[in-house]
Amino acid sequence: MGTHNHTHNFNQQFEFTGKAKTWSLIAIIIGVVAIAYGFLFDHSEHHAERTFANLLLMGYYFTCVCAAGAFFLALQFVAQAGWSAGLLRIPQAFARVLPIASVVLIVIIIAGLYSHNLYHHWNQEGIAQEGHPNYDYLIAQKASFLNAPFFIGRQIIFLGVYSIFALLLAKYSYNEDTVGGLSNYHKSFKISAIFLVIFGFTTPIWSFDTIMSLEAHWFSTMFGWYNFAAMWVSGLCAITLTVILLKKAGYLSWVNSNHLHDLGKFIFAFSIFWTYVWFAQFLLIWYANMPEETVYFYLRWEPEYKPWFWLNIIMNFLAPVLILMTRDSKRQMSVMTFVCIFLLCGHWLDYYMMVMPGTVESHRTFGITEIGIALGFAGLFTFLMLSKLAQKPLVAKNHPFLDESLHHHI
Amino acid sequence: MAGHNESILREPLITGENITYSKITEDILVPVENKPNKAWWIGFSVAVFFALVWVVSISYTFYVGLGTWGLNKTVGWAWDITGFVWWVGIGHAGTLISAVLLLFRQNWRNSINRSAEAMTIFAVICAATYIIAHMGRPWLAYMVFPLPNQFGSLWVNFNSPLIWDVFAISTYFSVSLVFWYTGLLPDIATIRDRATGLRRRIYSILSFGWAGSVKNWQRFESVSLILAGVSTPLVLSVHTIVSFDFATSLEPGWHTTIFPPYFVAGAIFSGFAMVQTLLLIARKVMNFENYITMFHIESMNKIIIVTGSIVGVAYLTELFIAWYSGVEYEQYAFLNRVSGPYWWAYWSMMTCNVISPQLFWFKKIRTSIWASWLLSIVVNIGMWFERFVIIVTSLHRDYLPSSWVMFYPSLIDVTLFVGSIGVFFTLFLLFLRVLPAIAMAEVKLILKTSSDQVKQKQIRDGKIKPEQAELYQESLEKFDSVDYLKV
Repeated sequence: MGTHNHTHNFNQQFEFTGKAKTWSLIAIIIGVVAIAYGFLFDHSEHHAERTFANLLLMGYYFTCVCAAGAFFLALQFVAQAGWSAGLLRIPQAFARVLPIASVVLIVIIIAGLYSHNLYHHWNQEGIAQEGHPNYDYLIAQKASFLNAPFFIGRQIIFLGVYSIFALLLAKYSYNEDTVGGLSNYHKSFKISAIFLVIFGFTTPIWSFDTIMSLEAHWFSTMFGWYNFAAMWVSGLCAITLTVILLKKAGYLSWVNSNHLHDLGKFIFAFSIFWTYVWFAQFLLIWYANMPEETVYFYLRWEPEYKPWFWLNIIMNFLAPVLILMTRDSKRQMSVMTFVCIFLLCGHWLDYYMMVMPGTVESHRTFGITEIGIALGFAGLFTFLMLSKLAQKPLVAKNHPFLDESLHHHI
Repeated sequence: MAGHNESILREPLITGENITYSKITEDILVPVENKPNKAWWIGFSVAVFFALVWVVSISYTFYVGLGTWGLNKTVGWAWDITGFVWWVGIGHAGTLISAVLLLFRQNWRNSINRSAEAMTIFAVICAATYIIAHMGRPWLAYMVFPLPNQFGSLWVNFNSPLIWDVFAISTYFSVSLVFWYTGLLPDIATIRDRATGLRRRIYSILSFGWAGSVKNWQRFESVSLILAGVSTPLVLSVHTIVSFDFATSLEPGWHTTIFPPYFVAGAIFSGFAMVQTLLLIARKVMNFENYITMFHIESMNKIIIVTGSIVGVAYLTELFIAWYSGVEYEQYAFLNRVSGPYWWAYWSMMTCNVISPQLFWFKKIRTSIWASWLLSIVVNIGMWFERFVIIVTSLHRDYLPSSWVMFYPSLIDVTLFVGSIGVFFTLFLLFLRVLPAIAMAEVKLILKTSSDQVKQKQIRDGKIKPEQAELYQESLEKFDSVDYLKV
């Protein structure tokens, strides 16, 4: 079945020039300046920890958004989704940035570990040695898991594997553009299934490592799925925002309010899912009131963090629920733009609440370092993602479900 | 899915030649409009026998008291609560299929939603019998509600997840019932229009005066969507709160934060397995092969792999965090599960829920009706063991080694459980006799877009790329209902 609508130009390519390029480069420069400021010119106490905490926060956020792009692709193939076929090139561009994001994150982690600015709850001289002044019984028990070489090794393996699958998914899709047929579709389907299994079984460990071990005495079985929810919502928001901005710039004529509506439903549903896991974790720990568990929320209920703790749940739950409840709001670009930006900020706060109490502790600040580094990474992501996007046509024109996507109507 | 532009790569949801709207009605109403066949009578007799076993056991329990169960002072909650959670879990798939798949516009739900919803309702009824049975004095059941009373300080404890359960389950049951019944209205009206005499009068009352007008349909559509939206959070809330019954405690092995979503995934898993168990037989006995096709079976098997694996992630996470926590009680609770006196229960659970469903990765197995049915039974067994493991192995060795005991079920424990299966099948078999097991009106909706005959016509008319047409024909090979092409 050929398409009945011949007004679309399926060879259209994104041109990465003008304001988008200028502003993303400016943001990168701001980021570099903020990092330099954090390390060299900020003379307050704990400035290095603070800078590292922000680097870890944004490095993790950056990697998560790219990984969510790969997850989105794999999910569409495995579920045989038709509606999304026209916009797959956007998450594909995300997925192609994943290897770079992974390298950035791993560099931050290694530098943080060896300069002792990150993971100091478990990464200290003699912490696992009985008799040493730094000895910690609880940490010593898990030292076979939490030690720098194994920790870095896990990061490299997990992120390396995710990156390989991300690149393969993109590759098959580009091959499909040139050769047509169904062979690349079948290959994509297969590796998507394998990727989802690996991803599903390993992301909990990845988030236990990267984030939960910042407070290495504390533990929560939910933490992995909680981080997955945050990753997925922020990834969806970034995908949607990119689609809208491209559309506003005159691209993607084949994407319409029906596709936007579906993306909106995803954001709505998974914001509720995020809240569900957030709340379940909180409620169970609060209810049982066991000291080894409540320590996590105790820190977050100290005066430095408490307002932000509640703001987090308001931004990431109440806002999307109240705004996206109606059908109309999910179909309007202006409303969706607002919600996506709002939630991307909201999940920055969510990660901030995960990272800061275990790193800078009561020396929480919000200033040049935080804003600058966040902007820098946003710029880096935008620059890399749009460069990748500009290399190939904006639609996978031989995708077997493209026709369904073009006529998607809900 | 894509309506009139549906891709040929999508396998058919209705097979058979010359299927018309009236043929759908004829085919689906055969069991409702005719005298039951021998298979039904055999099944019904067995089910009623076990339902009677249940009546005797529950009467005996009420007469003598909960001492008839195998509980002891350490394990004060065992086989009975296992049965309750097992049934509530099964009661999840119906609303999930109906509501969530409706929200996701998955058309394949249309052939299986009716029986799945009916199954939900009967499973929740079975679960409710355990709640009543737990009370020991069921005539005081009303005391679970916060009613003004003359008993002084006797008032429900709103801090207890057990009271949250009362509200969650009763709300879920009511909404599921309304959702199921609303969906039935057009089909009941169809039966009414074809019936005569007393049957006509009965179905006429039951159909609420459905006239099939545009307005009727319009309201039907919007109420379905609203109920789907309402029941989705309810599905999640019910098993979440069931998990809170355990997870809010301080009991090692119970108190873990992953419980809520892990229980929900397990419930969907067991619910789909039960749908598979029931429908694979029903489609054969009632000749529904053209409407519940291999595509439906395969899709359900895929959901079983996904949810089984999610449950597997949760099992492994629990084990890992028990070690990682450094809390010796947690560590012991899980060590005891894996290698203690109930090791066989733990490993039955692991094998049945996580390992054996992985067989569905093989296409041969997930498209084999026998293998699917057997594995669905295996999952049902595994999910029973999961609850047994969580409940009994956590309790039987508590903080105080001097109170460590084993739990052995009494005869009444066993007969109550086996009997509840009898109750469930009695209700389900009665349902098959009096109401259409497939939502006729909804299956008719997809006849013009998703049936094999439409797709074959598109191919004959040359509207399809040859490569895609070939792939489509290949995909039909696994369909046991498509033999007209193979000749």
